[in-house]
Order: sequence, then structure tokens, then C-alpha cells
Amino acid sequence: MSGPDELSRRAVDAANAAELAARDSYGRLLARLVVRTREVEQAEDALSEAFLSALRQWPSEGVPDNPEAWLLHVAKRRLSDSARHRALRTALEPTLVIEEEHQRGVRRAQVDDDRLTMMLLCAHPEIEPAARAPLMLQLVLGLDAARIASAFLTSPATMSQRLVRAKQRIRDSGIQMEEPTESDRDARVQDVLDAIYAAYGTGWDAAIGAESSVGGLRAESIWLARLVCAASPSSAEAHGLLALLLYCESRQRARRDAAGRYVPLDEQDPRAWDRALYLEAELMLAAAAERLTTRLPGRFQLEAAIQSVHTRRAESGTTDWETIVQFYLGLMQVAPSVGAAVGHAAAIASAYGARAGLDALRGIPSELVQSYQPYWAVQAHLLRKTGASDADAARQRAIGLTTDPAVRAFLQASA
Amino acid sequence: MKYAIMVYETAADFAKRNDPQQAPAYWGSYAAYSKALSDAGIARGGAGLLPPSSAVTLRLRGEKRTVQDGPFAETKEMLGGMFLIDVPDQETALEWAARCPSATTGSVEVRAELPPIPQS
Repeated sequence: MSGPDELSRRAVDAANAAELAARDSYGRLLARLVVRTREVEQAEDALSEAFLSALRQWPSEGVPDNPEAWLLHVAKRRLSDSARHRALRTALEPTLVIEEEHQRGVRRAQVDDDRLTMMLLCAHPEIEPAARAPLMLQLVLGLDAARIASAFLTSPATMSQRLVRAKQRIRDSGIQMEEPTESDRDARVQDVLDAIYAAYGTGWDAAIGAESSVGGLRAESIWLARLVCAASPSSAEAHGLLALLLYCESRQRARRDAAGRYVPLDEQDPRAWDRALYLEAELMLAAAAERLTTRLPGRFQLEAAIQSVHTRRAESGTTDWETIVQFYLGLMQVAPSVGAAVGHAAAIASAYGARAGLDALRGIPSELVQSYQPYWAVQAHLLRKTGASDADAARQRAIGLTTDPAVRAFLQASA
Repeated sequence: MKYAIMVYETAADFAKRNDPQQAPAYWGSYAAYSKALSDAGIARGGAGLLPPSSAVTLRLRGEKRTVQDGPFAETKEMLGGMFLIDVPDQETALEWAARCPSATTGSVEVRAELPPIPQS
């Protein structure tokens, strides 16, 4: 495929890649400052000033041998000038010495990476859950509050306040800067992974007529997941999450046909899936399995395993629904959620028939599904298969709850 | 807290209302959205409005009275109707606004209800 759509998609991918590379330096430098001082807002200001100085000085004086060390040095000087406490200067001193050594010719490719420690701070139990993913996106990737607010369907003013509160909390609440203990570490990394998953957006396409991924910060989330895998190479769940996101991403183009119409997962042409992405996902899932130390795989490994079964249709031509049912049972055990319960019911319907699926749907408490679109989409589909008279009411509910115009049109046409 | 979800539609959206090809999907999507609001128990009222061409705009300035056909100002998106909902916070209101069919073609404005006017 190399039509104009494909070319423009590649152009967007290339622009995204360039942007993420620039943000790579920013996050690395900010993490260095934040982890040592906890002065998040001051560190952000100092780093912006350092970037501005670079823009002024580098064109005339030339780019320094180690641009990152230069930026870090300038930012640290700014930060200690404006320090509220002498303690801050003390905190910075050891690294200032190390850096001067670098300036004298000990060249290093990159500044040491403290980003995982900063992400652990962002997802700390003391930080309100709704602030965690936004904070990570701002501090690690330098995204502005307005863009983050839009992705999370929140007003920019509310999002800015939330971010400011979280930064103050990091400074004032006595959040421990030390590395979490070994036993604590897995749970804390899981909080980081949950936040990354939230930033990816709602990628719910396992049932016919359910919402597909809209909004979200897909490239950014995948990038963050890669970062956690690199910084925490023994984490099975980090690899599970990366696999899951790559599987979802591999189907992004197949979710719409040439006319822009919604195509449910079951009806997608596997040739439209991005093979390089799903093969990488398979590798990551295998890597997760090698790292598994607990009895049961974690939530993201199970979700990735479900996507892996779907992906196997590319080779075998069929979907092993009974295996998917088993994975959903495991998922409901380790991480119960309404999404898992609806996915389980949809899988039961495909494996054992619409009536069995409807029985499973009936087991979900009604207060959980009132505004949960995939539930109504699955129910409508199954009721229609059994010829039930209330199929249309469920279909209307699914139409009324979707945010995706292509899904809306698909459901309207499926009477 | 009560919020108004105000629906601003484009000329193309308004045209769908009477287009034999597009009218069923247009009205169907609004019927379903409206039903979803009542099924969730948050609907508190609202109204769909005739297109802006049917509007009459009135201004009284001292001795001067102006009555004109059509809306006050021509803009790309015009008020097509509104829903009043009762939800705990602005973020929940925005979630519901995102489900409004015109959010993907026109725009949807969310505003909280004014607190009661103080009695002096």
C-alpha cells in the first residue's frame, strides 16, 4: 500500500518520531532535576530557561560537545540561584561536580536516566489517580496542559489546577525520594503502567459495534511503555503492557474501511493489520512470559494474550474463542472490571452461542453498565441473533452512548 | 449540579434535518442520545430549535427599535438545541457532551447553571 493515505500516515509517523526524540532529552534532563530536588515547577522553569539560553548562545558560540550536560549545568545553576533552601544546593552539588568532569572531556552519550524514578513519583499513592497520567505526560514528555486536557476530555483550567496540586504534593508531602523497596516496587510500577494505559485511550474493539479508540495519546503511551521496559527490564507486566498497546496499534488502520466505515474486529482483514507491530507485540508477550515470577500473569499480560489469540487469525484464519474465554476468566480474577466482564460475555457468545453470552451479561450488576457503551453494543448484537424483541432498545442505547461517529453509523445500519 | 449542553450545528448539520437520505440517521442519533440521557437518570429538560433562518432578533435601544429576520450574527455554527443534565461535576458533563452527535461535526458547549440569585 502506498496511496496518498499511506504517505500522509507515514509523514505523521515521521513527525511524531521527531517530536518524541526532542522530548526524550527534555524528560531525561527534567527527571535529573526533579528526582534530586522535588521542586517540580522550579525545575521546569529552570530547564526552559536553559533551552532559551541554548537558542541564544549555540548559534554564535557553536553547539557544545555534550549538549545535554550543558543544558543540565545551566538549569542547575538557575535552580540553585532561585533555591528556597540551602538544602537544595546541597542536593545538587554532587552532580554538579560530576558534570564538570564531563565538561572536561569525559564525554558521555547521554545524561543518566532518572525517568523511571520520576514516573514512580508521578504515580505515587499520594498523588490523586486522575493526575498521574497527565503528570507523567507533562514531566516526561513535556506535553502542554491544554493538549493533555483535550486528550482526557477535561477543561484546560481544571487540568492545570490538577497538575499544579500534584506538583505541590510532590514538594510538600514528604513523598520518599528513595527507590521503593523490592516488595513495594512491583506495585508501584503497576501504578505507572495503569497511568500509561489510561493515556492510550479506550481501545475497546473486542465486541461488534463497541467503541473504538478515539483521542488518547497513542504514540506517547507506547513510547512511555517502551521507556518503562528499558528502565525496568525484569518487569513482566511492563512487557505485557507494551505488547497490549502494540497489538491494539497494529489494527488501527483496519478499524475503518476505504470509505471510513467502522469495521468490527471479527470482520477486519488481517492483511490490513500492521505485521511489524504485531510481530513485535508477540516478542514482547514472550518476553513477559519469561519474566513471570508470580503464579498468575498480571492484568496486562492477560489482555495482551487475548489480543494475541485474535492476531493468530492472520495465520490460521480462525479465532480460538474458547482460549479467549479462559484468558478473560483469568483477567476477571486478577483485575475485575466491567470491561473484562463484558469481554468475557462476548467471548462466551462466540464460543458457546448467543444465549450463553446473554446469560453471562445478565450476571453483571446493572448499576455498572448504565452508561457503559460496549455492554449495550454486545447485548444488542446477541439479542438480535436470538431474535429477541428488545434487541432494538439495546441498540438504541448503544447508539446514544457512543462518541464515535463511525460506530454510530454502523449501529444505525445494523437494525 | 445542573449543566447545559448547548449544541452548535453547521449549515450542513441543519440541512440533514430535511434531506431524505440523511434525515433518518440524524433524527435517530438524537433520539438515541436523548434516550440515553433519560435512561441514565440525568435528563432535566432541553429543547431542539428550528434552524437559525426561522429566528427573529430584536434589539431595543432607547427610542430605537430594530427587529431583524435571522440570528444576531452570522457564524459558521449556530445553536440548534440544548439539553439540561444533572451530573456531579464538569468532567461527567463533558463525557456526556462528547456523546452528542454534533460534537464530531459542529461543537458542543458545556456550561453550569447559575446559582440562585441572592434575595435582598
